[in-house]
Amino acid sequence: MSDNAVEGVFFLTGKDFSNAGAASSNLKRILEDMSVQQDIIRRAAIAAFEAEMNVIIYAVAGMMHYYITPEAIRIVVKDMGSGIPDIGLAMTEGYSTAPDYIREMGFGSGMGLPNIKKNADKLDIDSVVGGGTTLEFIIYLNKDSKGAENETLRNC
Amino acid sequence: MTLDEIKNTLNAAVISKREDMNLNIARAYCADLMSDVLAFSITNSLLITHLTNTQVIRTAEIADVKAIVFVQSKRPDIETIALADTKKIPLLVTYLSMYETCGKLYEKGLRS
Ligand SMILES: Nc1ncnc2c1ncn2[C@@H]1O[C@H](COP(=O)(O)OP(=O)(O)OP(=O)(O)O)[C@@H](O)[C@H]1O
Ligand SMILES: [Mg+2]
Repeated sequence: MSDNAVEGVFFLTGKDFSNAGAASSNLKRILEDMSVQQDIIRRAAIAAFEAEMNVIIYAVAGMMHYYITPEAIRIVVKDMGSGIPDIGLAMTEGYSTAPDYIREMGFGSGMGLPNIKKNADKLDIDSVVGGGTTLEFIIYLNKDSKGAENETLRNC
Repeated sequence: MTLDEIKNTLNAAVISKREDMNLNIARAYCADLMSDVLAFSITNSLLITHLTNTQVIRTAEIADVKAIVFVQSKRPDIETIALADTKKIPLLVTYLSMYETCGKLYEKGLRS
């Protein structure tokens, strides 16, 4: 199956608000071109966008890698930034350290990481304070994989 | 409800270049927080908002929002309008408040 894999990388620049979201938008287009199912594209795009915005807001620079196989979409977003001191707290809905000017732009409601968790089948966060954060998430493409289970739960 | 009916209901101006006034909108959603749009909006809906920066367009694209209404005469800058044009997302501006905008559309039968 590895010969069917599609992978690539986008580079992200902290505070570059005019291009913020462009990587996720491109990723969405790639998935559309591959004729991935609509609801899966939406979940992947939303999770990628939230992760991308966090790099733009909280880091100096970062990278978004994507690996698409017939089984799954795996996205790894790695940044050089402040890091997250308490991941459990950061995952709490409504928790945000975003400054006022970020809130004025419509971000900083503390829903980004919970949104990623909700849309992904699997999420791993690794962070070093003062170093950076690596976020990896997987969305399964097959109904018979773990993705289908979560989908059923979500629709309840 | 078509985009044209929405425009007339709100006395709105269309400020984007590419628009299909026959575009059918089934649902509407109002939000000033991007994460809320991503968490709760329904695909192919109308977004009603005060926010006018480029991120609104990116967020709308990601969330499959079909069209955007800016309330209280809030006008996005040229950069934002240009981005919406490339993403083919029609933009409307109304002088009505968020409350009146939602109320009028709800009255006309548009639901969330
Ligand atoms: N890549 C990152 N580097 C450093 N800190 C981060 C990073 N991502 C998230 N955080 C921290 O975790 C908090 C919660 O993040 P989350 O994305 O859930 O919410 P938010 O970005 O504050 O608001 P929203 O995503 O709703 O716009 C952030 O306020 C920030 O303190
Ligand atoms: Mg965030």
